[in-house]
Amino acid sequence: MTIDWTHFTPVSAFAGGLLIGLAAAWLILEDGRILGASGLLGGLIPPRAGDWPWRASALAGLIAAPLVARFLFEPAAPSIEATAATLVAGGLLVGFGTRLANGCTSGHGVCGLARLSPRSLAATATFMGAGFLTVFLVRHVL
Amino acid sequence: MNRVSPFFVGLLFGIGLCLSGMTNPSKVLAFLDLGGAWDPSLAFVMGGAIAIAFVAFRIAARRAASLSGEPFHWPTARAIDARLIGGSLLFGVGWGLVGLCPGPAIADIGFLDGRAALFVLAMAAGMALYSGFAAVPSTPGAEVALDG
Repeated sequence: MTIDWTHFTPVSAFAGGLLIGLAAAWLILEDGRILGASGLLGGLIPPRAGDWPWRASALAGLIAAPLVARFLFEPAAPSIEATAATLVAGGLLVGFGTRLANGCTSGHGVCGLARLSPRSLAATATFMGAGFLTVFLVRHVL
Repeated sequence: MNRVSPFFVGLLFGIGLCLSGMTNPSKVLAFLDLGGAWDPSLAFVMGGAIAIAFVAFRIAARRAASLSGEPFHWPTARAIDARLIGGSLLFGVGWGLVGLCPGPAIADIGFLDGRAALFVLAMAAGMALYSGFAAVPSTPGAEVALDG
């Protein structure tokens, strides 16, 4: 295994992680909810009366974040290499899969692990393993 | 439930994702590429986030309700079953194909990135497909069972 030291950014990664943790802390302590991006969006499909406004509000904040971040630091613009067909296939898999599993990187990977949930540990180990394997196959085998 | 507080939660979450590098799929794929030039940075994102969230959940567990008065919506599911593992497998494959998971994908719309928007549309379609697939009679308050 070779480590790519030139792109290694542990400090900003850790600092960003602290902010993500703070967002999760805020949502549970103030609003009694677990922070999970797939749940936020999935809970709107279909929307339920009385339940959709807080989800829409959180999603609006998430979309506004890159615009606000520009005033604080220089956020790296996303560099997406996937073709349109891959984007559609990947999006369908991520949307369907995260709903089937009731959570994604934030709900299981951050909040679930922080709650010491065995279920979330199993989910996180599975999607990370599948992610590592997929990238290995796409970049080094196929 | 409060509609203003969640906006700032989303904002903070998104700023954290931008700072951490999670919103950049090429960085995510470099983290997932153990066979190439591996960039381990994103492991530190999870470390920082879990450190704070761990303390917050310990505090919440000792309280009867959240500060807003809204009861805690704790996940009730416990089973490690085929749905959990199968869903996580599908998610992991999609994540590995593109380098986007749900939070960063949604935040990337804020970069006015059309490709991210296409991914999020497909993701929403995948979720709608699931809603149709799981069109079992839903019980009120069923969302309590969600993990996130």
